[in-house]
Amino acid sequence: MEKYVDVVVFLVVGALVPVIGLIMAALIRPSNPTSLKRATYECGEVPFGEGMVRFNIRYYVFALVFVVFDVETVFLYPWAVQLRKLGMFALVEMFIFLLILIFGLVYAWRKRVLEWS
Amino acid sequence: MTALFQWAADLISSLPKGWVVLLAALLKSIVIVLFVILNVMFMVWLERKVSARIQRRIGPNRVGRFGMWQLIADTVKLLGKEDIIPSMVDRWLFVLAPLVVFATSFLIWVVMPLGPNWETPANLNVGVLYLAAVTSFTILGVFMSGWGSNNKYSVVSSMRAAAVMMSYEIPQVLAVMAVAMVAGSLSLTDIVGAQSKVWYILLQPLAFIIFFISSFAELNRTPFDLAEAESELIAGYNVEYSGLRFAFFFLAEYANLLAMSALMATLFLGGWRPLFPLPGPIWFWGPVWFVAKTYFFVLLNMWVKWTLPRIRIDQLMEFCWKFLLPLSLLNIALTGLVVLARV
Repeated sequence: MEKYVDVVVFLVVGALVPVIGLIMAALIRPSNPTSLKRATYECGEVPFGEGMVRFNIRYYVFALVFVVFDVETVFLYPWAVQLRKLGMFALVEMFIFLLILIFGLVYAWRKRVLEWS
Repeated sequence: MTALFQWAADLISSLPKGWVVLLAALLKSIVIVLFVILNVMFMVWLERKVSARIQRRIGPNRVGRFGMWQLIADTVKLLGKEDIIPSMVDRWLFVLAPLVVFATSFLIWVVMPLGPNWETPANLNVGVLYLAAVTSFTILGVFMSGWGSNNKYSVVSSMRAAAVMMSYEIPQVLAVMAVAMVAGSLSLTDIVGAQSKVWYILLQPLAFIIFFISSFAELNRTPFDLAEAESELIAGYNVEYSGLRFAFFFLAEYANLLAMSALMATLFLGGWRPLFPLPGPIWFWGPVWFVAKTYFFVLLNMWVKWTLPRIRIDQLMEFCWKFLLPLSLLNIALTGLVVLARV
């Protein structure tokens, strides 16, 4: 577990750099916020409505397909490292696993989920 | 001088073990952060010069010789800029987003082997899996900034960024997996160790091509920079940021480019392993070769960025799901067969 101390320390030091920078900048920069300055930027037009608008359903569908394949890669990693020890049996087994996933991909393809327009 | 060393050695040995680990980690992280920031500053200057040459311009040449101090001048300028937080934003997301993007751009370096006697900061035995985890943190920061800005351009941009980076992560992770299969280990130190005879760019050309193409999408750079498309989305997810907060997005982008190039050098070009032997000790030349190979990929990336036009989002997504993903699955299957045939 000792090695993971480095990960935490790297994260903390990495986060401290912008914090120190922002504190330094706060000491020398001007601060004169006006309501016009603080308006949302819309190319100079008067902004209307919220920015958090409804978005295309496509993004959501791609996220769903992504989850399936991302979980798949996690299952594949232990197999990939130990392949030499596990031998032919594991290879055939993993081919079956891959085939099921490829079937899912073909299904998504045929259902036209992978097309944007 | 010896008395000073003796004193330091005594002090370290008298400390409890936990403190020594913490102190060592702190020292390593500060060295790496300085290394990355110096390189990023150099890369910003380099990109301006390279892009200028590609477009038959001269580039910055006013501040110092070859415009070398341009970035120092820019930093001072950005420090003095007013920090505007628009009134409509989601304040927590808006303020935290640059921190998330910037802090996580250093995490790749925890497992990067820099040279033969230069132990990686921490040789995690799950190295490659760890990489897959930390490279996806960038999406979180980008999405936080885009959604938190409450601006129509940035929301569209962050949606695109999330979709593109997520999609291309799968072929990329599968390409690295093929490398791990050949090396028989997930640790990056072992992967470099296994490339003593032949570099993996020769054993895994398909994985290299897939990884190289995906890296453009992961870094949000042209031809896949749909999230930043200036002509339609102004600057994308960071359009509401100003001053130093914007600067941290900018720096993180280059830090990620450096990390991704270093990763490609490590996985496919043998990391610190020399191309040809040079006189002198390897512990000195190792890191030099590593940095040289990293900059080879940095320059390649800049060359592509300033040469190719941007492609449409439907082309981009279909290319990933209908071409790169089946190709990377095929690569895994082929690699599995070859690895077992050679046991």
